Formats: sequence, structure tokens, C-alpha cells
Amino acid sequence: MQPANLFPLIVVLVGIAFALGYARSRAVASPLGGIRHLKSLPFYYATRAAFWCGLPALIIFGFWLSFEDKIIQTMVVASLPEDLRPDSAGRASLILSQISNVASGALNPKYAPEGIVEASKLLTTLRDESKFMMSLLVICVAILGAFVAWLRIAPHINAREKVESTLRKIFFMCAALAILTTLGIVFSVIFETVRFFNKVSFFEFFLGTSWSPQTAIRADQVGAEGSFGMIPLFVGTLLISAIAMIVAVPVGLMSAIYLSEYASKRMRGIIKPLLEMLAGIPTVVYGFFAALTVAPFIADAAQAIGLSASTESALAAGLVMGVMIIPFVSSLSDDVINAVPQTMRDGSLALGATQAETMTKVIFPAALPGIMGGILLAVSRAIGETMIVVMAAGLAANLTANPLEAVTTVTVQIVTLLTGDQEFDSAKTLSAFALGMMLFVVTLVLNIVALHVVRKYREQYE
Amino acid sequence: MSNSHEQAELVRKSLKRRYRKERRFRLYGILAIALALSALVILFTDIIGKGYSGFIKTTVTLEVRLDPEMMEIEDPSDPESLRRANYGAPIVEALKRAVPSAGDGDEKALGRLINPYASGTLRDAVIDRPEILGSPQKMTFLTSDDTSVYVKHADDTSYSIKLSEDQQRWVDELVQSGAIQGAFNDEFFLNGDSREPTSAGVLGAMVGSLLTMVVTLLLAFPIGVAAAIYLEEFAPQNKLTDFIEVNINNLAAVPSIIFGLLGLAVFINLFGLPRSVPLVGGLVLTLMTLPTIIISSRAAIKSVPPSIREAAEGIGASKMQVVLHHVLPLAMPGMLTGSIIGMAQALGETAPLLLIGMVAFIVDVPDGLTDPATVLPVQIFLWAGSPELAFIERASAAIMVLLTFLIGMNALAIWMRRRLERRW
Repeated sequence: MQPANLFPLIVVLVGIAFALGYARSRAVASPLGGIRHLKSLPFYYATRAAFWCGLPALIIFGFWLSFEDKIIQTMVVASLPEDLRPDSAGRASLILSQISNVASGALNPKYAPEGIVEASKLLTTLRDESKFMMSLLVICVAILGAFVAWLRIAPHINAREKVESTLRKIFFMCAALAILTTLGIVFSVIFETVRFFNKVSFFEFFLGTSWSPQTAIRADQVGAEGSFGMIPLFVGTLLISAIAMIVAVPVGLMSAIYLSEYASKRMRGIIKPLLEMLAGIPTVVYGFFAALTVAPFIADAAQAIGLSASTESALAAGLVMGVMIIPFVSSLSDDVINAVPQTMRDGSLALGATQAETMTKVIFPAALPGIMGGILLAVSRAIGETMIVVMAAGLAANLTANPLEAVTTVTVQIVTLLTGDQEFDSAKTLSAFALGMMLFVVTLVLNIVALHVVRKYREQYE
Repeated sequence: MSNSHEQAELVRKSLKRRYRKERRFRLYGILAIALALSALVILFTDIIGKGYSGFIKTTVTLEVRLDPEMMEIEDPSDPESLRRANYGAPIVEALKRAVPSAGDGDEKALGRLINPYASGTLRDAVIDRPEILGSPQKMTFLTSDDTSVYVKHADDTSYSIKLSEDQQRWVDELVQSGAIQGAFNDEFFLNGDSREPTSAGVLGAMVGSLLTMVVTLLLAFPIGVAAAIYLEEFAPQNKLTDFIEVNINNLAAVPSIIFGLLGLAVFINLFGLPRSVPLVGGLVLTLMTLPTIIISSRAAIKSVPPSIREAAEGIGASKMQVVLHHVLPLAMPGMLTGSIIGMAQALGETAPLLLIGMVAFIVDVPDGLTDPATVLPVQIFLWAGSPELAFIERASAAIMVLLTFLIGMNALAIWMRRRLERRW
């Protein structure tokens, strides 16, 4: 049975288990004189039956689906004759795709070696068997679970308590998914990163000043030795982020100050959502705007005043990214400024200070730590932003501080390395994960510091 | 006496300076807001200016003589011979009649004015109704890409006109005679992607986005709400709870591309799920939007006043009953609002989907969760990077479609907040 049909079947079985559980609990109750004499309402007995039916079946179903392919593949590869057995992970995936192509009929068996054809037959049988066994197991477990729960319906059992404790466990699992996600991120990048550092030295990666991740396809190829120095990428990322912050911080901060101190309530009600619209626009739209409107405009303008600018420039990406970040800075600063107690404002104004003086000399210093926290969060966002730089910043890893030149960033390289044809196991593909690790660590540190600062500061006035 | 007079003078002078400073400060604020809003206006006008023409298609209406002999059909009753017939010839012949100034030898150049898929359209029409063979038929075809660019953007210098001068003259004639017309581009909403800009549409990407969003919503909303309930109502104050909270806050600020790496390593490489399918896209976006949904759902739960809980507890409800029967329904509007905003974020997300292979060129409209698909933002990315200029107007038009959805979702969220939010 196909997994797509099995899932609805489980749902139906759960429904039946619920209905039967409900009926039985009423039946058990009737000789006692009605459901008043049960420990819990029939609904809870029924729900318990449904849990027993559905949960184990779904867990088995999920695990089976997750690992079925890997196990079958390993078995198929192990069945290959000696001469076809792959010596590297790259070869293995090639042979596997060949086998599955033969199995699905995309490749005519006539053009494949004998061993591959045999393996493809094995693959088909294993897949069929696996599907059959999974369906059988899942359905048996569901029915068995429902049956046991059904048998255990008795007036003295407090089904509500049991249902509630199961529910609480499910809720906990959902919350724990956050930890699992973080672990997933860490492990998925750590493994590949370790493999990367087996191929490329640690020092070359962190201290090298040249980035050109081509690796030799043939061993005897000339001049295809890749170099993996991440400094140009890091500098490019910082350059673009710096430009973005130069745009976003003053504009965001001044807008927040104006909106919180000067603007009338009506004006604030109109302008604030408009500013927040900037945050809701998808980044691919900003990227489009940067690449097709801003970058050519900057190139033309630079040419007009006698400078040379490339059509993809750090400036274009940075400016547009700055616009994107304005609402983050403004709404975070707005929160922090509003958290400063009114008494401090009143005190300053009563001493005869103007509003501007109150703002710059009293409120701003008081709000500064919180604002810094907000700015750090914005920097982290700028460093991790992908689409704008992918579309507008360029691919060439130039080590330059000139904003009119094309630079490349960590995120751009991750995208270019992992889209399109991938060579398995090459330093080139693995380097993307090393860059991802870097990106994760840097933004994580920034976020932790920023969140800590913002939270600590907020507590001061509460 | 004179001392205080001097002082007053000093103050008056400094007052002027201070007031000037005050006005300047205020001006900076106004300037900042004006700058941000003008960026918004420029962005929108730029995209609408580039994209409105994407909603117009240029068609040419011709009287086509379906002469079996010219089309090299030997036996009109044989479907195979119908399929193999020459459908280009009658179209070019009809064009030649419509453009009297074109000479003999110009057939090839004339043929370039018509969309390469036009003969396929004609073939489908003939196979559908073979009885139209032999009689003249008035039929409408899409023009070729270059013709369309010429008709729409002849005086826009950013577009390069690829038609020869002869061809331009013929197109002018056709426009004057009313044969070439602009119409609402329904194909844009009915077609999948295509190598030919004039027949490329967003339907495939829209269905792909829809399927991905369905997966995301079905997983992210229940899990997010359940996690929020646990953390807000049941979690004990201990290290584990703190750790979960720190994790959620951090995940909300992790760059989206990292989730793409996670999806690639876990869902595709470890679990062996297929690349570029809505199922994996939805899973990745679920993990990405969960923190947003959890954080907003917690805020919604927090805003339910304790009196409600106490009243329910007072009449003997268990903690779980209090939460499920009383707190949850009251917090639901807030949770839904937060989820809609999270979904809007997910709908516009591109970077993680690039890594799980949703950038593939896919013509077919996906049928299910495990069919290769692309999504709207990725389609925009693909078209924006395409060398043909005609794809730029497609990309802008697709952006307008995407923004319409996003604005709609946000408007819905705001409306719901206004309508359903209760204040105690």
C-alpha cells in the first residue's frame, strides 16, 4: 500500500477506535445506572482508545518512512558484485541513481551492466516488500492498540487523567521540537564541516585570502586546485552589512524618535504600519529591485562622475538591505524609547530643556543599551540575509573595501555551492557547510548577546 | 542689576540657538520618515511600472486557410497523419495575406513574428475538430516574444528591439489593421513556466506555493499552539524549560538559509526524501515559522486574564480542561493572527528553498506533495536572473501577484485582530 493511502487509513481507524470506545464506555455504564457512575466521561474513554490506536501506529509509520530508503540502499549496494562496489560516497550515489533509473524504467536495462540490472531488481523487490511490511505492521499495531484500549475500558479507570497526561506529553514534545531543530542544525553542519576540515586545513580556511572553490574533476587536471580562504567572503559580508547599517540605523532611529516623541497619535497610526510594510516585503523582491533598478542606477551615476563601478556592487546590495532593515531598527528602538518612564521626560522638560535636548541628553542615554541590542539583532539579520546579496552583490570573491566593486558574501557562496550540479563529497560542496557553520555561530553569538542586553535593559524599569 | 540683564540676554541668545536646534532635530525625524516611505513608494512604482505590461498579452488574429494539401496531410481521417502535418505553413500563409507588403522570400522572417508554440495550438484545434480542415478559420495566436516586446516597449530604451526594420514595418501594419491586439494575459495565470517568455505563467508556482503552505500550516499551527500551551501553562520552572525558551528565541533569529542547510542534510540526505518537492519545502518552512507562531501564541495565552482560569478551576475543572475549554478558545484569535503573519513570512521565503532544489525548471503544474514543484518567490528569482528582458516583466508581474497575496494575508490578520480581539 502506498504511504499516501496508509495515512488516511490510520485516520479512519482512529475514528473507528473512538466510536467503538465511546459505545463501549456507554455500554459499560448502563448496567451501573448511566454515565454518572463512570470515573470519567465517555469522551475520555473514547479519546484514550483513539490515542492507543493512532499514536504507536503513527510513530512506527514515521520512523519507517524516514529510514526505509537508507536501509534499502545499503542493502542494495551490499549486494553488488565485487567489481561494481563503490569505493567512495560519490561513486555510491552515482551507482545508486543508475540503479534506481533502471528500476523506474528511465534507463533501458540493455545499456546497464549486469550487476546493476540485478541490483535494480533487488531494489524493486525490497521496496515492494518494505511497503507491504510497513502497511501490515502499522495496521496491526493500530488495531491491536485499539483493541487493548477497548478491553481496558472499565468504570473505575480514570480515563481523563490518563488522556490529559498523554496530551501533556504531546505538548511537551512539540515544545522540545525547538531543541531538536537546533540540534538538527548543529549536527547537520558539524558532520560535513569536520569532513571539510579533513580535506582543507583549518588555517587555510580562516586565514586564507583567496576563495575559488573549484576542485579537480580529474586527478591530473592542471590549475584546478581550489582555494578556500574565507576572509574575502567575510570582508564582503561585513562591507555590505556596514553599508546597510549606515542606512538603517540613522533612518530607523530618527523615525522611531519622531514617531514616539513628536508625532500625533493619528499620524503614528498611519506611518507605523507603512514602515512595517517594508519588513513584510519578501527579500526576493528587494533582491530584484537591487539587481535591476538600484545597481544599474549606481553604475550609471558613478560613471557620470567619473568613477568606475561594476554592475553588481556592494553599494547597491547594502543600500537596499539597509532599507529592508529600517523597520527592525525603528520598531525595536520605538519599544525601548517607550519603555523609558514618562517621569524622566517630565523631569527634563520641567527643568526647561527642549524636547530635542530631553531626547538626546536624557532619554537616549537611558535607552542606549536597549537600542544597541536592537542594532545587534539588525546586524545579525544583515549578515544572514541571502536573496538581496545573491541577486545584487556578485559572485567574485574580491578582497576590497570599495563599495562600488562587486563582492561576494558567505550566504551567496552557500547558495551557489549547493544549487545546481553537486559533486558529492568534494571539498567544494562540503565548504558550503563549513560556511553555514560559521554563519550560524556568528549570528548565534550576536543574537544571544542582543537578546540578553535587550532583556536585561527592559527589567530595569519594571 | 546689569548682571541679571546680561544673563537674560545670554539666555535669550542661547534660546534662539536651542530652538533652532530643536527644529533641526524635528526635521531630521521627518526626513528619516520621508526617506523610508519614499523608498517604499519607489519600490512599488518601479515594480508596477515594470510589471503591468506582464498582464497584457499581444495576440494576432488571422484568417487561417486549413488547406490539407499545403499542410501535407495525405489522409485527413488518419490521426497519425494529422499529428505529423505541417501546421506552420498555413499560419505563415495567413500572415502573408495579412501583410501585403511582405514579399515572397520573407516567409521565414514573417514566421518569427508568431509564437513558436502557435503551430501546436493549431494542431490541437485540428486534432480536436478535424472537420475544420479545408475551410478558412479565424484564429488568434500569441505573438512571438520579440514582437511582443516591440509592440509594448518600442519607445523604452532599456529594451532592445530584436526585430529587423522589415519586421517592424509589418508589425506596425498588423497593429494598424487591428490584427495585433493587446488583451488581458489570462495565459499568465493558466500556464506553468516556459522557456518562451510570452507563454510562461505562474500557475505552476502558485500551486506549488499553495501545496507548500498547506504542509506548513497543517504542521506549524498545531505544533506551535501545543508548544505555546506547554510553555505557558504546564512547563515547570527548571533548566530544561529555560533551555527550550532560549532555543525558541534563537531560532526566531537564525538566518533562513541555515534552515535550508538543515533541510538538505536531514530531510534529503538522511531521510532520502526527494528533492524539489512541496513536502520537503513545507517541512523546512514549518521549522522556520514555528518560533514566530509559538511566540505570538504565547502572547495570546498570556493576555487571557487569570479570572477566567480561576473561575473554571473554581467549579472543579482540571488544569487541562481549563486550558482546552476556556483559555484556548479565548486566545485563538490572537494565535490565528500570529500564524497568518508567520505564514506570510513563509510564503515570501526563498533562500532555504533554493538549497532543497526548488529552483529546478519545472513546466508541469504539480499534482501532489511529492511532485517536483517550484514556488512563487523562487519563480521570481528564476525569471529575474534570466537573460531575456521579456522575463523581467514576467518577474515583476509575479511579484505583484505575490505582494497581492501577502497584503491580503496581512490585511486579514489586521482585520481579525480588530474584529476578534477582546479587551478585558
